[in-house]
Amino acid sequence: MRSRDAVALIALVLLGSFMIMSVLPLANMIRPFGEPVNPEMDDYIITHAQNETGANNAVTSVVFDYRGFDTLGEATVLFTAVAGVILILRRYAHG
Amino acid sequence: MDETSKIIKTVSSVMFPFVTIYGLYVILHGHLTPGGGFQGGAIVASGCALLVVAFGSDAIAKRVKESQLSLLESIGALGFISLAFVGIATTFFYNSLAGTKFLFGRIPPYGSNPGYLSSGGLLPLMNLAVGTKVIAGLFAIVLILAIATRKKGGRSK
Repeated sequence: MRSRDAVALIALVLLGSFMIMSVLPLANMIRPFGEPVNPEMDDYIITHAQNETGANNAVTSVVFDYRGFDTLGEATVLFTAVAGVILILRRYAHG
Repeated sequence: MDETSKIIKTVSSVMFPFVTIYGLYVILHGHLTPGGGFQGGAIVASGCALLVVAFGSDAIAKRVKESQLSLLESIGALGFISLAFVGIATTFFYNSLAGTKFLFGRIPPYGSNPGYLSSGGLLPLMNLAVGTKVIAGLFAIVLILAIATRKKGGRSK
C-alpha cells in the first residue's frame, strides 16, 4: 500500500505541475477582478434590473428572472437529492 | 436513545422561534436584502435540525411524517414552475407582475434606497415557493437521516 501511495503522490505532483505550467503563459492575460472582457450584460443588468423587475436586490432579479431556468435546474437538483435520500434511507427508518 | 439534558431542550425550544422568524424574514425580504428562498429555507431547516438534535428523532417523527414534508416540497416545486408559467404569454419566466400597480407591482426609484416590500413582481412569490421547497426538503433529509442512524447505531450502545 505504501508503494501505491508513492505512485499516487508522484502522479499528483506531475499532474499539478503540468496544470500550473499550462496556466503560466496565460498569467499576463488574466484580467483583474471586476473588469470582464464583455461587460455589456453586466451594464445592462446594473442599469435596468431595478426598473424592469422592481426588486432592489439585483442578485435576486438575476437568479429568479433573467436566469430563471438556472434556478429551475437548481430546484430540480435539490428535489432529486431529497428523493434519493428518502428512497435509500426509508428502509432503515421503518424497517 | 440518550436523553439530552433539560438545559439543551429549554434553550433550543426558546431559540427555535427566533431562528424560524429570521429565516422567514430572509425569505420574504429576498428581493430587498441579500438572501432569498434558498438561504432562508436553509436557516429555517437548521432551526428544525436543532429541534431534532435536542428532542430526539422519535419525538419529532411522531409529529411530522416525512411524507408530509415531501408533499410540501412538491407543492413548492409545482408552485415555482406554475409561477414561471404565469408570464408565458411573453416568455417563460417573464416577470408579468412587475410595474402593474397590483400586488408586488411597485417599482422603486433607481439607485440605492431601502425599497418597498410590495415590489418585485413575481420574485417574492417565487422566493416563497422556493423557500417552502427548501424548508421541506432539507428538513426531510435531516429527519430521515436522524431516524435511520438511530435505528442502526443507537440501539446497540
